[in-house]
Amino acid sequence: MAIWLTKSRAMAQCLRQRVGLLRILSGQSCSSPSTIFPLQQYNSPSLPSKTLFSPGRSESTVAANQLDSLSSSDSDDDHQVLDFPGGKVGYTSEMRFIPESSEKRVPCFRVLDDNGELIKGSDFQQVSKEVAVKMYSHMVTLQVMDSVLYEAQRQGRFSFYLTTIGEEAINIGSAAALSADDFILPQYREPGVLLWRGYTLQQFANQVFANKADDGKGRQMPIHYGSKKLNYITISSPIATQLPQAVGVAYSLKMEKKDACAVAYTGDGGTSEGDFHAALNFAAVMEAPVVFICRNNGWAISTNISEQFRSDGIVVKGRAYGIRSIRVDGNDALAVYTAVQAAREMAISEKRPVLVEALTYRVGHHSTSDDSTKYRTLDEIEYWKTERSPINRFRNWVERQGWWSEQEETELRSSIKKQLLQAIQVAEKTEKPAITELFSDVYDVPPSNLAEQEKQLKEIIQTYPQDYPTDVPV
Amino acid sequence: MVLLLAVNMVTRAGFSLKQLKMWGIIRQKVAAGGGSPVARIRPVVSNLRNYSSAVKQMMVREALNSALDEEMSADPKVFLMGEEVGEYQGAYKISKGLLEKYGPERVLDTPITEAGFTGIGVGAAYYGLKPVVEFMTFNFSMQAIDHIINSAAKSNYMSSGQISVPIVFRGPNGAAAGVGAQHSHCYAAWYASVPGLKVLSPYSSEDARGLLKAAIRDPDPVVFLENELLYGESFPVSAEVLDSSFCLPIGKAKIEREGKDVTITAFSKIVGLSLKAAEILAKEGISAEVINLRSIRPLDRSTINASVRKTNRLVTVEEGFPQHGVGAEICASVIEESFSYLDAPVERIAGADVPMPYAANLERMAVPQVEDIVRAAKRACYRSVPMAAAA
Repeated sequence: MAIWLTKSRAMAQCLRQRVGLLRILSGQSCSSPSTIFPLQQYNSPSLPSKTLFSPGRSESTVAANQLDSLSSSDSDDDHQVLDFPGGKVGYTSEMRFIPESSEKRVPCFRVLDDNGELIKGSDFQQVSKEVAVKMYSHMVTLQVMDSVLYEAQRQGRFSFYLTTIGEEAINIGSAAALSADDFILPQYREPGVLLWRGYTLQQFANQVFANKADDGKGRQMPIHYGSKKLNYITISSPIATQLPQAVGVAYSLKMEKKDACAVAYTGDGGTSEGDFHAALNFAAVMEAPVVFICRNNGWAISTNISEQFRSDGIVVKGRAYGIRSIRVDGNDALAVYTAVQAAREMAISEKRPVLVEALTYRVGHHSTSDDSTKYRTLDEIEYWKTERSPINRFRNWVERQGWWSEQEETELRSSIKKQLLQAIQVAEKTEKPAITELFSDVYDVPPSNLAEQEKQLKEIIQTYPQDYPTDVPV
Repeated sequence: MVLLLAVNMVTRAGFSLKQLKMWGIIRQKVAAGGGSPVARIRPVVSNLRNYSSAVKQMMVREALNSALDEEMSADPKVFLMGEEVGEYQGAYKISKGLLEKYGPERVLDTPITEAGFTGIGVGAAYYGLKPVVEFMTFNFSMQAIDHIINSAAKSNYMSSGQISVPIVFRGPNGAAAGVGAQHSHCYAAWYASVPGLKVLSPYSSEDARGLLKAAIRDPDPVVFLENELLYGESFPVSAEVLDSSFCLPIGKAKIEREGKDVTITAFSKIVGLSLKAAEILAKEGISAEVINLRSIRPLDRSTINASVRKTNRLVTVEEGFPQHGVGAEICASVIEESFSYLDAPVERIAGADVPMPYAANLERMAVPQVEDIVRAAKRACYRSVPMAAAA
């Protein structure tokens, strides 16, 4: 399109004669929602500095049709078709730009209303009492674990923590919809999935205290848990790197013809990373059975989504890569459960990637290194914490089914809290990992230089024990 | 079987070859008609016509292709991924014929996204496949370096041994000819500084075959630095090297030419230049020992130090930038372990400290040449000509 700007006056003259452009020249507004291309610019010798192709946000057009209607509007030209790399494409003589946004945002799938009542006629996957109660109690467990461990960090008992408050429905709802063979590649705000699969409160506590009972041998900072046994990869801090890796895992699963898929989680911020785009594009080309679940919780530390992207959220990006997508109410556990189950089915049986955008709100601070009241109001946080709580909403539904009671609630909460306090006590008292663990696992087989260094270190410790802490085993 | 072939070759070749020792330093001595045994150097293509034609010649490109083919055939989990590796037969034809033989599920042509396919390779390795990821040149690996370092290198450690990453990243590294700054960077020092990675750089076809096979079989992530200009060079290969079970150990350097006056360390293409320099030095009475590092991480410090303790002088040569380069590490290692054996300061030859210029005359000045190595060796031997004359 830029080439047009440099065309000569003569060319512009010639173009003016074409019927379609006369409308623009005469200043008539187009019936179609496209940008006006200011033809008078043809005559100016220098290129105008601001973009000619979009009228600017303030003049945002009457953006009418969705992409679908746009493609079918030129019925009179349908019989004329062009052949280009990529296939046949119909052409039109009417110059029309696809608007940058649709009039209506992509609707959000939900089955429970704000009070936890099932919406009539909704598509939803029925769950048994057993599953529903398990889902609910795990959501509560997650919430209690987060608040207790957060407090413990504030008391200085370990260095770092981050909570999942407000996103319990996404964590547990999606976890419940998957099978144990589905391989999870999380961002870091999905401990609920690990919890669902059987990671114990003691294991969580061991990880944050980095003691010798930790499955990770104290190698990682808090909340960077993982479990090969539970098919949940060890959390890696750089954002969105797990997305193309998930495609690789999905490819492996496809090669093994396993009835399983890869599931990668990311936040709204993660979708800005290059890896997000590479992963989605490649997954579609590779036909990999992977489900991308994006927790759009409105904030990436202090970056609000309006500063993160200008598209209608993340769901619309799926189509750009040829990926089936859905937007779901992330605070509705049943909707998440239903959507993820369907997505998983499609991914495995049709061997395709699927994108699920779950809208939610990050109630807690980004992490213990953040104080979100600095960039958002207390009222806003309070509102989402109480009135839009996914736990309360699901609880209402479960109670209405007659599957839960106030008494069970109290019992559950106090039991979990007790277990956690116990776990923390035990974890805190447990020894730290031995010095040997400093040197192991760098490679499959320990290299000679590290073996040598370990030996030297042990000798130094033996010679100068007074300079060495007594509570760390050698 | 291999033994028989070797013996066969020996008798056919008409001169005596010492038994190749696979795991130690490989030596060959040739008795040149009546004279004292001369250490046989890896000859450059043009000299080969003088030797017996019974020894098979193999181009580095062929060596890499055959190694890939054999490993893919032996293990169905091995697969190749990269730009142009399939239909185009490889940007440098290294993967020629592989798509046809193994199909599109094992030879994947990727979209242009290094970050994408490297990430995918790492993920596939997490789950148990053995990917070989090809970068069109390691310059482009920069767009994927986070996956290589933060994921591939560190995962085994961070996951306490639960997640291993048996992946190989390979492709041409360093300068080619007339390709400018963004296509000529040497990444040996970059990757070799990272614990968790293994970094290899072959010179000859034997190196290429043996090291690539070792890399593919290794459960750790390996960065395999080839050289575009070496792809078309031929080297003699023995039957042992041609055998499909052939494998070289990772972490062992090779003494390409024995000497007693000065040690020259090099890797990849520079080994060829160093050997030429050694020839020139020999005529002036300086016997240079040329070490082909083969493995940058782990670095074979014991071979290097043993050599320096013998010769008492060291010249490190590399194509990459001087600061924090491979030569810097070798110097430090030698000073730490063999300081009292040094009779002269260590000489370090590296590429010029500028982004690679394009013009041929400028490029020539930016890359180490044979003369630079000769001069450095002479300086180390206190036989140098004054700087003004050498300039």
